[in-house]
Amino acid sequence: MADVTFTVDGKKLTAPAGTLLIEACRKAGIEIPAFCYYPGLSLQAACRMCVVRQEKVPKLQTACTTTVAEGQVFVTESPEIAQARKATLQLLLGNHPLDCPVCDAGGECELQDMTFKYGAGESLYAEAKQHRDEQQWSPAVFFDRPRCILCYRCVRMCGEGMDVWALGVQNRGVSSVIAPNGEDHLDCEECGMCIDVCPVGALTSGSYRYKTRPWEMNHVSTICTHCGDGCKVTLGVRQSHEGTDLVRGDNRDKSGINGDFLCAKGRFGFDFVNSEERLARPLVRNASGRLEPTTWENALRVAAAKLKEVRDSRGGDSIAVLGSNRTTNEENYLLQKLARTVLRTNNIDHVRTADYATFARSLAGQEHKAASLRDAGNAPAILLVGGNPTEEHPLLAWQLRSNVRLNKARLYVVNHRTIKLERQAKAVQGVPPNGYRDLTALLDRNEGDLAKAVMAEESLLLIFGQEYRGEQMEALVSWGLKRGNVRFAYLGDHSNSRGAADMGVLPDLLPGYVSVNAPGAFAEEYAGMPAAPGKTAPEFLEMAQSGQLGALVVVGENPAQRLGWAPDALRKTFLVVQDLFLTETALQADVVFPAASLYEKTGTITNTFGDVQLAKKAADRPGVRPDFEILVRLADAMGADVKALVPFGKRGMRADFGQSRGAQSGEADRHAVWLASHGLEPKLSPFDPLAVLDEIERLVPAYKLDRLNLFAGNDVPTEPAFVPVSALTQPRADLVNPAHDGLFTSGTLGRYSAYLREIEEHQAHQLAETAAD
Amino acid sequence: MTPRESETMSIFSPALAARFDALVEKYPVKRSALIPMMLYAQDEIGYLSDAVIAEIADRLGLTELDVRNVASYYSMLRFKPAGRFNIQVCTNISCMLRGAYDLFDRFQEELGVGHKGITPDGVFSLEEVECIGACCWAPAIQVNYDFHDELAADSVPGILQQYRERAAANGGR
Repeated sequence: MADVTFTVDGKKLTAPAGTLLIEACRKAGIEIPAFCYYPGLSLQAACRMCVVRQEKVPKLQTACTTTVAEGQVFVTESPEIAQARKATLQLLLGNHPLDCPVCDAGGECELQDMTFKYGAGESLYAEAKQHRDEQQWSPAVFFDRPRCILCYRCVRMCGEGMDVWALGVQNRGVSSVIAPNGEDHLDCEECGMCIDVCPVGALTSGSYRYKTRPWEMNHVSTICTHCGDGCKVTLGVRQSHEGTDLVRGDNRDKSGINGDFLCAKGRFGFDFVNSEERLARPLVRNASGRLEPTTWENALRVAAAKLKEVRDSRGGDSIAVLGSNRTTNEENYLLQKLARTVLRTNNIDHVRTADYATFARSLAGQEHKAASLRDAGNAPAILLVGGNPTEEHPLLAWQLRSNVRLNKARLYVVNHRTIKLERQAKAVQGVPPNGYRDLTALLDRNEGDLAKAVMAEESLLLIFGQEYRGEQMEALVSWGLKRGNVRFAYLGDHSNSRGAADMGVLPDLLPGYVSVNAPGAFAEEYAGMPAAPGKTAPEFLEMAQSGQLGALVVVGENPAQRLGWAPDALRKTFLVVQDLFLTETALQADVVFPAASLYEKTGTITNTFGDVQLAKKAADRPGVRPDFEILVRLADAMGADVKALVPFGKRGMRADFGQSRGAQSGEADRHAVWLASHGLEPKLSPFDPLAVLDEIERLVPAYKLDRLNLFAGNDVPTEPAFVPVSALTQPRADLVNPAHDGLFTSGTLGRYSAYLREIEEHQAHQLAETAAD
Repeated sequence: MTPRESETMSIFSPALAARFDALVEKYPVKRSALIPMMLYAQDEIGYLSDAVIAEIADRLGLTELDVRNVASYYSMLRFKPAGRFNIQVCTNISCMLRGAYDLFDRFQEELGVGHKGITPDGVFSLEEVECIGACCWAPAIQVNYDFHDELAADSVPGILQQYRERAAANGGR
């Protein structure tokens, strides 16, 4: 809408006509207090804190519902307004318990701040306060009724924001009370958004309540380690005798792709970090066959000596490496580089949760066709094919709901089951479970409401689930490319599955999906790399059973559980495991290294949309080390040249002396030239993952990262189109094995999160009760 | 529009169910029918039972929580059964000045129950209410939908007798 000019406190402001006054003022740096107003939710005008004086209007107006128009004149601070706000506060404090010294919100409470600002220190209200006992509504949500100021934020967040509608307001006037849908408990998705938006301490979280005072925490912004959406999460960290305790997860600063959104896993599921079952010392199998705690030096020596012996006596082909879906890009990259150049094997794989290789192959050479997760929040039309975002990609579901609600986006859903997002959809098309391949034909024939509407759309964001693999995905993407003005996104599980594939933790593909058969620049970079593609994860098992597998290195994965490998399958194999816990796989290992979780290290991770974000070290735990450091130390103990593995420090001259000038000449090594040309300094430590990030950026064209934004904590997109088209191989779609983790499960991490297990049990109990009714 | 799941098993009489079917179609938004529906349902069933709330929610495409949120706002909507004849004594200013509390006390004595009480035989319930709009003829009471006005404490036995006879005449129902 056209801009209008109006006056606030004597200042001329300009904003589009129809903008809410409170928003226009906030943008101009004029703060108007409000309890009930919350950006993105419907208007309530319940709290009366945002009252302002408008010229020629007899009564004070609420800034949260007043839309700006040409020539209006407002006053936002005056003795009259201060008095009105003070009176409102007096009423709110009338029955407020003022138990701030023990309240979770004390120190970060909007009511406290407002009382401080307007000085409602005295009250005309002399009645006794009505006390009500605190109620527990679910494992996650506690309700303290007297603290509630009835702003309705929680009600609207749960209903409009989450589309759960589990909270309401009952009774009238002074007896009004926030009520859960199950009379005395909540039957909901346990996302904790209601707790997050509560301006006071009325809704408190089971995981955080009475644990700390807000000012005793340090806050570290990092990336959630659970699903493939990669939400930014601000962790509240407190010093403890064990290094640090993680006490809270939220994202109140609304930074990152998720704004203030977090699901149950992101908000509550970090407690696996503080689990009693975390490994704290390396373990080595002793002569009597038992795993025994030992020193890092000894564990590294044993692992390195045996790996070296197997490599030198039986060849690199008899070693295999299984990577992780959760470790950082730098660790994934380093792992495959170590496998290929130190262990000299291409037998490297990970448990593939989605067919990212085919996705890259389908989009090869098609620039600007890959969507960021941000696009889901502002694309005018979205076609969602397969998948179940509400359960498996909560942030995507949030983005789609918000986009439909706030921007009137048109969502089209094609699925073989009923998914919750259909409630937001403009049209829905059911397909049989194996009927996705017919979708493009159906669309082309303009058959049915959905096809007609989709074909009439000018642009389209096409998001598809793990139902699509191999040729079927290629067909869908090529349909979209032919149709034009389509951007694509592919949904996979786990926080860094996309990164594992992008970084070449695959037997046939190098970083950036470069084929092992045509390694290009990697031939020179990866000295000693075997020429033939390696074996896949299921083949590792066959090798182990036939005695061909001399050694297996498993990083952050649990094939015994995830791939159903029999416990004794690896008896004849020397097994090295890096993990947080003594998993079923680690129990079989000869050497176990205790690894740091994503919250205890720095590095980048790539969400399923290809957005790269920087995870920052938030916590510390004695005894554990990041997988990155373990790998570097292992390589060093094997006698490998660490400087060739991790480009750190000044490496002197390297490369072809035959040329006389340029990057390929003997003046400096390629990495140093690249660093210099990008204005970067060499990293000084072999344990600095950012040294490897430099190498990734140098060698993987898709990872041309905007460093300024990355280090500022923003998500930066990758460009999967930058794949060498000539070298594409046919990916193995048959190996894709989705995890389908839901709202309260998260693979190994979820199993060791006591809190997530409690919520899951609670949900199962609710479900059983509903079914019994 | 898919038919309601429980369409064939309404807890309401066929006449009321038919009335609700029409009511739902009457407004641009279905939920507009919520308040009249709750009132009619209460007239027939006596109060808003869990089953009533569930069926209304189902008919309007709302959650039961939504229905309860609205219902709990109105003091005339009940979540517990009342007597067959619900005696509502106005004690607002006009009635109060003309002896409403004497009237209310007499009802309490005669019935042996207090505010919101129900007689053991379930015939009467008593309630002190806000203005019922009969200030000109104060003090006034309302028994279900019938008005009795310009009362005195002595009129109470006669009124009660009248309803007792009606209750006896059709066997308590």
